[in-house]
Amino acid sequence: MADRHLEPDSPELRARWGSFAWTKANVAKAKEIVARYPAGRQRSAVMPLLDLAQRQVGAETDTQGWLPIPVMEFIARELDMPIIRVVEVASFYTMYNLVPVGRFHVQVCGTTPCMLRGSDDILAACKKRGMAKGHTSDDGMWTLTEVECMGNCASAPMVQINDDNYEDLTAERLDAVLDALAAGNAPKAGTQEPGRHTVEPSGGPTTLKEMVKANHDYRKEW
Amino acid sequence: MPKVTVDGIEIEVPAGATVLQACELAGKEIPRFCYHERLSIAGNCRMCLVEVAPGPPKPQASCALPAMDNQVIRTDSPMVKKAREGVMEFLLINHPLDCPICDQGGECDLQDQTVAYGRSHSRTRENKRAVTEKYMGPLIKTVMTRCIHCTRCVRFSEEVAGVDEIGALYRGEATQITTYLERAATHEMSANVIDLCPVGALTSRPYAFEARPWELKKTLSIDVSDACGANIRLDSRGREVLRILPRVNDDVNEEWISDKARFQVDGLTRRRLDKPWLRLDGKLQAASWDAAFAAIARINPGKSVAVVAGDLIDCETMFAAKKLAEAMGSDLLEGRQTGLDYDCSNLAAVNFNSGLAGIENADAVMIVGSQVRWEAPLVMTRLRKAAKRGAKVFVVGAEWETTVPTTFLGTDLKVLEKLPKDVEAALKGAERPALILGGAGLGKGALGACLALCEKFKLVREGWNGFNVLHMAASRMGGLMLGYAQKGGIADLVKAKPKMLISLGADEVDYTRFANSMIVYIGHHGDKGAHFADIILPAAAFSEKPGTYVNTEGRVQWADKAVFAPGDAREDWTILRAMADALGVSIGFDSFEELRAAMAAAVPALGREGLADYGALPKAPNGAKAEGEIAAYPILDFYLTNPIARASLTMQRCSSELLHGESFAEAAE
Repeated sequence: MADRHLEPDSPELRARWGSFAWTKANVAKAKEIVARYPAGRQRSAVMPLLDLAQRQVGAETDTQGWLPIPVMEFIARELDMPIIRVVEVASFYTMYNLVPVGRFHVQVCGTTPCMLRGSDDILAACKKRGMAKGHTSDDGMWTLTEVECMGNCASAPMVQINDDNYEDLTAERLDAVLDALAAGNAPKAGTQEPGRHTVEPSGGPTTLKEMVKANHDYRKEW
Repeated sequence: MPKVTVDGIEIEVPAGATVLQACELAGKEIPRFCYHERLSIAGNCRMCLVEVAPGPPKPQASCALPAMDNQVIRTDSPMVKKAREGVMEFLLINHPLDCPICDQGGECDLQDQTVAYGRSHSRTRENKRAVTEKYMGPLIKTVMTRCIHCTRCVRFSEEVAGVDEIGALYRGEATQITTYLERAATHEMSANVIDLCPVGALTSRPYAFEARPWELKKTLSIDVSDACGANIRLDSRGREVLRILPRVNDDVNEEWISDKARFQVDGLTRRRLDKPWLRLDGKLQAASWDAAFAAIARINPGKSVAVVAGDLIDCETMFAAKKLAEAMGSDLLEGRQTGLDYDCSNLAAVNFNSGLAGIENADAVMIVGSQVRWEAPLVMTRLRKAAKRGAKVFVVGAEWETTVPTTFLGTDLKVLEKLPKDVEAALKGAERPALILGGAGLGKGALGACLALCEKFKLVREGWNGFNVLHMAASRMGGLMLGYAQKGGIADLVKAKPKMLISLGADEVDYTRFANSMIVYIGHHGDKGAHFADIILPAAAFSEKPGTYVNTEGRVQWADKAVFAPGDAREDWTILRAMADALGVSIGFDSFEELRAAMAAAVPALGREGLADYGALPKAPNGAKAEGEIAAYPILDFYLTNPIARASLTMQRCSSELLHGESFAEAAE
């Protein structure tokens, strides 16, 4: 987290992104987002609009997308707010990328539950495939970031790749997911453990077993 | 009114007070970094922890906790002591131990509070976080590694200055305070963040490594860079004033001063007149005082004397010059150098009657021909407060960036006679409507029309006077009280063709109109006025003489002398006294005390500190018309409005960098 930084402002950056504007589809979307908030409070729309802009940049560059300075200035103009407030928001939340990323942004959770369940192996597997923390691979496919808790502790370890979480990973399962992504397929999101659907206890329920089939009143048994 | 108990002392606190304020009322000191009386509450430094019952059994941040009835607050319990020690320890984890090379050393909140509330040693072994320096312009020096993220500077720029320039990027330990893309902070009050910063992260760039606070002699003084009369403190060492800081005065400047007031200080040692000069054969040549007075005696003007006063002059000097002119038999006195000739028969009509503190209670403000941000930055902070409370602001004149929601009514003054319906309704419906008439409006002769507006909208009512004239010169109100105003303005002086024109540091006068007069310039800077002078008598700047100043709201304030004038320069009144001898007249005082007593006898209001009473507003003149267009304002360059600022390297750089967009290479460190 500490190594986050803004992509420096340069003439090339201005030349590439200075004329950023919503696509036709996004014009309507942005309008709808701003309309969610009371008139005069349009600033509240800064976070969804930054997300929308990041996605549009992603679509244009065939990556997850990021937020160049001219794009943030565009959002500031759209919402009639000081640019520094936009940059504050964008730099605070790690899901806004401040520098260019690859096609797939692999965010490995390294917080305690994931670490105990083997996130070190996951990171090692990523590194074996040529990724390095905070860098984009040369072919522009992968960007690796270690992040803090994503709230998937019950199915640790996990990675988040663009919009999907992949959980219950081992090095092999991760490889399978990444191979599928590289091949242009859409691997199943969520848990990768066979037989598990979401974050239910592995091997069947351990508590409230009577409740599985039908509603059961436990109060008499207390 | 909730009743609380602080450390066993039962007190009643105003409704809406916080626990921190309750503790202060009870006389307890609460350490704090992020809390500031004049900024919104952030609650992010956690230094103000106290124990509060009823409530959770843990320390509470008192700055953000409302005081409630029957609260029992403890500021002296072991829990509080431990909590403060803990917070101090956290704050110091990443704070460098560079106090010996830090400009804040000796006046640092963090340093003081560490001594008072911290542990005796550090337990951390880890490396400290380092943050790169951020460029914030020519006035603010940054050492961001020292920053403790109190966000006072961010809140100041947003709330008081009204220009969102400073922000906190990133998060947690990696938070960095910066301006957008490290551009220079451009607001004319921006340097107040230096005072607000509780550590040495934001310090004064021109003052860097100049002195330690304990070496400095502190002198109470009054700012002369504009007509607000901000209360300042001059910090001097030896014969040099090293820096200027604001003093707290809620009636005038709260605790802010403009960047010009703060940083024109280096102009006090540059381009100074330190010996008399005489024009011989068209060329100025250094002379002795004797020679200078001999030359003055040779002029032998008889009654043909006129005095024009500059913008920075104190009342004593003006009074002494007036006495001299009177003794010679002349009453040609003028202070409005640029030719303004508004009617001064009733000073209430040219006074800021609402008062600087009062204007923030206005709920509809009409500004006529004033670029308030540059002409009186302190008034702008008040207007921002008013606007935040819902006041509507209308401006007649060229558009400028007001930092508040504003309706511009065009540049043509005719609009005053027939205001748009919504504006009329806003002024009619307002409980405390106000009008501010600035220099550009006075220049176009809008005073009469504004007085008519004042009657039409009843700006003066029970407990409220909303008629205001905003001046730009520190000497203006004092000058008007002493009679430095001719009916036709300075044109009357030109018409009289005086043999001798005494110029009291007047640098904005068009001296080519006085081509046949002998010009005696009594001033402190070799500025425009001195170039036209025939005889230059070196005088003292505002820091080098005691003086009385009257600000635009008619507040009489006294300034003290911090240092001696350089070289052969003398205090102005002594020069005028000696001139009287040279010219063979008597002006009736031999000491400064006698001068002050004579002045107080002549104009009693000048003998009392505080607001002068000018009586009721006059009736609007019949058939007063508002005509003309306000396409520009008198101040073209905020940073270079007076001879001291023009001589200051800092102000010159501000002007070229912040206003004219030049860039300066930073020296590598």
